[in-house]
Amino acid sequence: MFEYCTDPKLIEGFQWWSCYLSNGKHMSFYFSFLVVLSLLALTVPFILLFGFTGALARRSTFAPFRWFGTIYTSMVRGVPDIIFFLFVPIAMDQGIEVIRHKIKCSDWPEPIRQGNDFVVCTAAKMPLSSSAQWVHETYGFMLATIAFAIVFGAFAANTIHGALGAVPKGQLETGAAFGMSTGQIFRRIHLPQMWVYALPGLSNLWMILIKASPLLFLLGVEDIVYWARELGGSKTARFAYPHGDWRLGYFLFLLVFYLFLTWLSEKFFDRIMHKLSRGQNTAAGMS
Amino acid sequence: MTFTKLLAGAALVALSATSVIAADTVRMGTEGAYAPYNFINDKGEVDGYERELGDELCKRASLDCTWVTNDWDSIIPNLVSGNYDTIMAGMSITAERDEVIDFTSEYFPSDPSSYVALAGADASATKGTVAAQTATIQAAFVAESDATVVEFATMEDTIAAVRNGEADSVLADHAALKDIVDASGGALAFVGEDVSIGGGVGMGVRESDKELRDKFEAAIASMKADGSLNAMIAKWFDGRKAGY
Repeated sequence: MFEYCTDPKLIEGFQWWSCYLSNGKHMSFYFSFLVVLSLLALTVPFILLFGFTGALARRSTFAPFRWFGTIYTSMVRGVPDIIFFLFVPIAMDQGIEVIRHKIKCSDWPEPIRQGNDFVVCTAAKMPLSSSAQWVHETYGFMLATIAFAIVFGAFAANTIHGALGAVPKGQLETGAAFGMSTGQIFRRIHLPQMWVYALPGLSNLWMILIKASPLLFLLGVEDIVYWARELGGSKTARFAYPHGDWRLGYFLFLLVFYLFLTWLSEKFFDRIMHKLSRGQNTAAGMS
Repeated sequence: MTFTKLLAGAALVALSATSVIAADTVRMGTEGAYAPYNFINDKGEVDGYERELGDELCKRASLDCTWVTNDWDSIIPNLVSGNYDTIMAGMSITAERDEVIDFTSEYFPSDPSSYVALAGADASATKGTVAAQTATIQAAFVAESDATVVEFATMEDTIAAVRNGEADSVLADHAALKDIVDASGGALAFVGEDVSIGGGVGMGVRESDKELRDKFEAAIASMKADGSLNAMIAKWFDGRKAGY
C-alpha cells in the first residue's frame, strides 16, 4: 500500500507494522467485519418477519396455521443450531440446483445422484461455475442469511407469542368497549403494548445472534474469526511478513470487538426500552 | 415489428450467453493452510506449489480455472456435492479416498511422514501422545499404532499442541514440517524415524467427471515428460529431485 512496502524484509518497526497491517490479507480481514455487520443488519428484518409470522400462526383460529406455527417453533428450537446451519444451506442449494436442472436440462440423460456424486448440468449450477468469485460469495452469504433467519425467527416467534399473551386482558377489553374492531385493537393496543414484554427476549436474541456470527465460516463465508485464525497462524519465511503464532493477539482483538458491539447494543436496547415503557401499565412504566 | 426484432435480439444474446457458459470454468478446491503445497499469501490469494502447478495444468489442458478454499475436514464432501471440481490440497492417494472420489496419477511423489517434537525430546515422543490433522493418512496411522492420537482441524493447531505440551509430537508430511522446523529457530526438531505411509499426492476429481480427469491426466503426463514438473518440485521443495 505504501511505497516503502515493496521489500518488507528491509524495513522494521513502525514501517513494518504499517505495511503488515495494510497488506491484501489484512484488507480481507477488515472487509470481513463489514460482512459480519451487514449479515447482522440484514437478518434482523427477516428474523422479525419469521417471528411475527410464527407467533401469529400460533395464535390463529385456523387449526393448520396453528400446527404450522407450533411445529416451526418447537422443531427449529429443538434442533442444535450447528446441525441446522449445516442442513439448511446445503438442502436449499441442492434443491435450487435440482429445480434449475429440471427446467434447463430436461434432456439430460444421466441421473443427478451418481453414487456419491451430486451432478447437475453446467447451466443449472447455482451460481454458475463461470461466475466471478464475488457472486459465489454473495450467494453463500444469502444462504447464510436465510439459515440464520429461520433459526432465530423460531426463537423470536416464541418470544413474540409470549409477549402477545402477556398484554393485560383489561386493555384489550377496554378497546372493545370503546367500539374498536378486532384489527384496530390489535394495531393500536395489543401490538404497541406487546413490545415492552418482547424486548428483553428479543435483545437476548440479538446478543446471541452477534455471538453466533462466527458460525458463518461453517457456511463457507470467510468471516472475522476465519481471517483472525489465518492471519494469526505462524508464518514461515515463505511469506513476506514472517512471524510466530500470533493467534492470541488476533483473538484478543476480536474479544474487544465483540464486547464493544454487545456493549453498544445493550445501551441501545436500554434506550428503546425506556422509551417504550413510558406510560405503560407496567412497573417500569410508572416511573 | 421492432418489438419482434428486440425479442429476437434478446434471444440471440441469451443464446450466446449460454455458449459462453459452455466454455467451462473449472473451480479448483484447496485448503490454503499447508505450505508449501498450498497457502494463502500476504495478498490474500492462494499460493504455493499446487497453485503454480494447477495453473500450468489448466493452461496445458486449455481450461479456465479459478481457485477456492475450503476446510480440510469437508473438502471431499464439498467436491462430491459440486461446490468445486477438483481438489489439489496435498492429498495422498489412498484406497479409502479412492472409493469416494477419483484421483489423477500423482504429481508429487510419496513423501515420508516425520515426527516433530520440542527440541531435546528423544524418540519416545513418537510413542506417547501424537498430534495429527483430522482425516489425514497420518491420523489414521497413529490411530492404528500404540501411540495415542489427538486430532486437530488444521496443521497450525497440531504444531501449537506440541509447543504447549498438549501432545508429545506431531506426525505430518516431511515437506510441510520442514518449513515449520526451519522457521522455529531451534525450538522444534525432527525426532524418531520417518515412516512411509500412503501413496503420492494426486488431484482429486468426482468419479462421474471422467472427462475432466483425463484432461488433467494428459496435462500431468506432458509435464512429467518434458521435465517441467521436476523443475517445479525442485523450486518449491528446496531442490528435491522427484525423478519423474
